[in-house]
Amino acid sequence: MSERKIDDTTGVETTGHSWDGIEELNNPLPRWWLWTLYATIIWGIGYTIAYPAWPMISGATSGLLGYSTRAEVASNIAAHEAKNSELVAALEAADLTALDNAEGLRRYAIARGGSVFRAQCSQCHGAGAAGAKGYPNLLDDDWLWGGDMESIATTVAHGIRNETDADARYSQMPAFGDILEKAEIAAVVEHVVSLSSDDYDRALAASGSTVFADNCAACHGEGAEGDRAQGAPDLTDAIWLYGGDRDTLTTTVRDARFGVMPAWGQRLSDADVRAVSVYVHSLGGGE
Amino acid sequence: MADNEKIQSSETDPKVSQLSDFPDEIPNELPHQTALIDRHAILEKSPMLLLTFSLLVVTVGGIVEIAPLFWLENTIEKVEGVRPYSPLELTGRDIYVREGCYVCHSQMIRPMRDEVERYGHYSLAAESMYDHPFQWGSKRTGPDLARVGGRYSDAWHVDHLMDPQSVVPESIMPKYAFLADTPIEADLIEALLSTHRMVGVPYTDEQITSARADFRVQADPDGDWDGLAERYPGAAVGNFDGQPGLTEMDALIAYLQVMGTMVDFSTFTPDASR
Repeated sequence: MSERKIDDTTGVETTGHSWDGIEELNNPLPRWWLWTLYATIIWGIGYTIAYPAWPMISGATSGLLGYSTRAEVASNIAAHEAKNSELVAALEAADLTALDNAEGLRRYAIARGGSVFRAQCSQCHGAGAAGAKGYPNLLDDDWLWGGDMESIATTVAHGIRNETDADARYSQMPAFGDILEKAEIAAVVEHVVSLSSDDYDRALAASGSTVFADNCAACHGEGAEGDRAQGAPDLTDAIWLYGGDRDTLTTTVRDARFGVMPAWGQRLSDADVRAVSVYVHSLGGGE
Repeated sequence: MADNEKIQSSETDPKVSQLSDFPDEIPNELPHQTALIDRHAILEKSPMLLLTFSLLVVTVGGIVEIAPLFWLENTIEKVEGVRPYSPLELTGRDIYVREGCYVCHSQMIRPMRDEVERYGHYSLAAESMYDHPFQWGSKRTGPDLARVGGRYSDAWHVDHLMDPQSVVPESIMPKYAFLADTPIEADLIEALLSTHRMVGVPYTDEQITSARADFRVQADPDGDWDGLAERYPGAAVGNFDGQPGLTEMDALIAYLQVMGTMVDFSTFTPDASR
């Protein structure tokens, strides 16, 4: 480095390195670039002083601005709740069955309930609430546990056959595979088919009606119209939760079904439960 | 330059002007001085020195950024309720890792309002303290699973893993029906727990000796699972896949049903400094 060389053409000093006679100019960095670099270093140090950063003995420096992610999310949620606090308070106090008289509140409940439904309920009941095999359609007027506002709210809050909520709706159909003979099951299935279809074996269905009266009528009713007090489905309509073909009905009678719904009252706020109940009630089948 | 003698050294090349050619002129740069700031040339000319000093710099960075995490109180918050995974849950977790669930599903609810409203309370570091390796993930093709436990019934998980589109038509998740056909054995369960103990999970001797029984009884609601419930509070017991025998489906659902359920957030007070 003691001997500096100047490139003839540009008059700029070279690094002194030479590769096959090609030399490298040693241009200085542009000043604006250097000053930008120094500025970012100074800003970086300032940032670590303003925000939590430097590790110390038992904790890190908390920063002059006192920032914390937990405080920020808490204040964001509080600010959002404050914006809707009047509506939420009104929703929590309102008589849900009389919401029609409070149009603004009803609109709010349906909007809020719709967003809760899409985030929490759609995975089982479908984004459009039409259900799936084993997960009830909420658009029709066929309800297992009742379709009035209060029944829906109870179902949402406590769920069905779950183990986490003592007030969950609970019923258990016996697995008739252990109780009835195969022929009896076939007969009762034929009887159930006959209730909502014209395509059945009359003799077999007639013998099945006796089996039905002895074993099924206690819950499903003598006319098989169901019993909402124990979630026993109406078997006379052509609406099926698991399927109304003979194979599926045979499986249902033999093994019984045990659909579980979580208790959403344990996960959602009271306002959310009320809002989603109003939303479900508004879908078309509400009573 | 020795490899091409036709090319002259720059010092003798008449086309290259030397400083001595212009005795009265000032070059367009400041005179070169060997100041302290130029000493880096020493490092740059010696690979071994460069390597040694690079290592030193990285070491300092590591000590400052990583080491404090092991002793700073606000990074190792103690949270009540977090327990090691039960043998069946741990096996399910291994299946989760094996199938690469983390590629599409994160397990990290960030402290933001939209995430907290959709998924539940933001994740705490302590909730993955027994995860080796953690499954926080960095990609959400599917939803976050940090609090999926208890959110769906076991039957829904079976339906969904067998054929995701049967319950969520818009889903692009692949089918995992083979899990229900793949039996699992408890042969290596003690070794699995012991290995986790080696890396810091506080499994007791009792937990390891009873691992085999706990493994089986968790999927057997008719069994005597009092011991399991005592050793692993809050563990869900049930015939998860709804069919006889223990399959990978049982283990995976046992794991899914415990995720994010260990901490009781009704009694948890967040420390604002964290």
